[in-house]
Amino acid sequence: MSRGRSLFDASFNRAFARGWLAAGYLFLFLPIVALVFYSFNASPVANQWGGFSLRWYAALPADREMVEGFLLSLRIAVFTACGSVVLGTLAGFALVKYRRFRGRTLFSGMVNAPLVMPEVIIGLSLLLMLVSVQRTVGVPERGVLTIWFGHLLLGMAYATVMVQARLQDLNPQLEEAAMDLGARPWQVFALVTLPMITQTLLSAWLLTFTLSLDDVVLSAFLSGPGSTTMPLVIFSRARLGLNPSVNAIAALTVLVVSIGIIAASLALARAERRRARDMAAAARAG
Amino acid sequence: MTATSNLAMAEAATSARVAAWFERHPRLARWFNGRSVVIGIPYLWLLAFFMLPFLIVLKISVSEIDGVRFKDVLTLRDNLLQLTIKLGNYVFITQDDLYFTTYLSSIKYAAVTTVLCLAIGYPFAYFMARAKATRQPALLMLVMLPFWTSFLLRVYAWKALLSEHGWIADLLSALRIDHALLAAGLIPALDRYMNSPFSLVLGMVYTYLPFMILPLYGNLAKMDLRLLEAAADLGATPFVAFWKITVPLSKAGIIAGSMLVFIPCVGEFVIPELLGGPQTLMIGRVLWDEFFSNNDWPMASAVAVVMILLIIVPLAVFNRYQAQAQEVRR
Repeated sequence: MSRGRSLFDASFNRAFARGWLAAGYLFLFLPIVALVFYSFNASPVANQWGGFSLRWYAALPADREMVEGFLLSLRIAVFTACGSVVLGTLAGFALVKYRRFRGRTLFSGMVNAPLVMPEVIIGLSLLLMLVSVQRTVGVPERGVLTIWFGHLLLGMAYATVMVQARLQDLNPQLEEAAMDLGARPWQVFALVTLPMITQTLLSAWLLTFTLSLDDVVLSAFLSGPGSTTMPLVIFSRARLGLNPSVNAIAALTVLVVSIGIIAASLALARAERRRARDMAAAARAG
Repeated sequence: MTATSNLAMAEAATSARVAAWFERHPRLARWFNGRSVVIGIPYLWLLAFFMLPFLIVLKISVSEIDGVRFKDVLTLRDNLLQLTIKLGNYVFITQDDLYFTTYLSSIKYAAVTTVLCLAIGYPFAYFMARAKATRQPALLMLVMLPFWTSFLLRVYAWKALLSEHGWIADLLSALRIDHALLAAGLIPALDRYMNSPFSLVLGMVYTYLPFMILPLYGNLAKMDLRLLEAAADLGATPFVAFWKITVPLSKAGIIAGSMLVFIPCVGEFVIPELLGGPQTLMIGRVLWDEFFSNNDWPMASAVAVVMILLIIVPLAVFNRYQAQAQEVRR
């Protein structure tokens, strides 16, 4: 640390910074650790330790409500993630590449608003619109499709922000060079831009997938009879009190998410290495 | 290598086919250019699924119910265009004390949450941004990791931690912090933490803290540290330099983070439902009850419209800073 950067004596400063960060991370991760820990609890009282047991996991497959909810949520989440990444890429691209078009302010406002807009408002207004449409046209019935619309609206906003930030950090000269070499715009996009934003698209996919798998409020407004997603099942049980089955499902999602993230980062690191090798080879050949 | 060349060949074949198609349809090609598609698809989607619904909510909030249908606000009868607006719901909201108190208390809880997030998150983001450059990606990843685990389950976890014999409940009681909390009126009784203002604010701070940290970190990490050296050379103490340089330069991050916390907190539903209690009035719950328990859709719409009016200024501030931050990066 050079002079002028630290508020106090350097060693005190470092210790204080480390302590603050450690406490912050503890705060962020303690609930997750507690969830996983208590999922192995033999006692039916969810937060009183009664010895190690896997009984809540063993009971899960027989829990039809939860299993059906999980499968439904999984399906919606996959479609939401794919749709969000496509719409988010288009919107992010539009905002970064076209600095000026009619209604751009409104467009960027509508893209950003769902990030902060309370979900009860989004859910209510979307539902009332879909009901009005249904009363005049006859479709869509409340169910999987309407939930998907809601999740897509939210997912798209997150995907757009991520894609937009990444596109802005890209070196525009690479795309310009491809244009100069005669590539058509969609070729530039597919062969130059897309490979460079793959990592962002993948994280946007994962994030919107999780958002959808997790959403309570929009799903509650937009679901119909027979389309009870997993979060709705969890929420209705959590409202009544502590429930050990919720801990088991929580621990499982934490496990799946960790595996997913580790696998994704390994795959990305490998792709990155391969690309670096190809680039180096190309540089030698050139 | 063969895979790459195959891909390139397929790519070339596809683009040739697309080009041929466009040559056969010149008029469509002019209309259907990349620009209008890239802008048009997300634009139309947002207009239909984000903008239009708000207009419909506005309409329904002033509609009268006729059996199960809403009466049209605008009607044409005997060549007479009639505008029927029922303001009853709004009159009711302004006259009933419960709504007023609830709006006020939602804003209060959202503001307290925002201030606490800033107080915890600013030093956190600052220390992250000043950590060794090699460590920063990992630190950042750790802040984002909770986003990838269920928000609902993490809120539920606090229920277990704060209930009787929960880890945090026992810790707070052992440290005798419950005496202070009780004195401040934040918990109903000694050793009882759940369903109180305390548990509600704790849950909201916990949930929204990453939303405060991330924009602040993004801002502080970009700061030019030579400015601080220059300030020191000119005789500023570290504290003065921090206050006069670091804080003003991170203003955009502070505003973005505060709005990301404040606005959704005003209408939060899940956290008050799981961690709040009868004492903690939140407007999101009122809207939910009007809709799901009372089935009063016009009233729920009116509650939503008033909520939008309350957050419209913060929303505009957020949009401005968001747009600015995105333009400046270039």
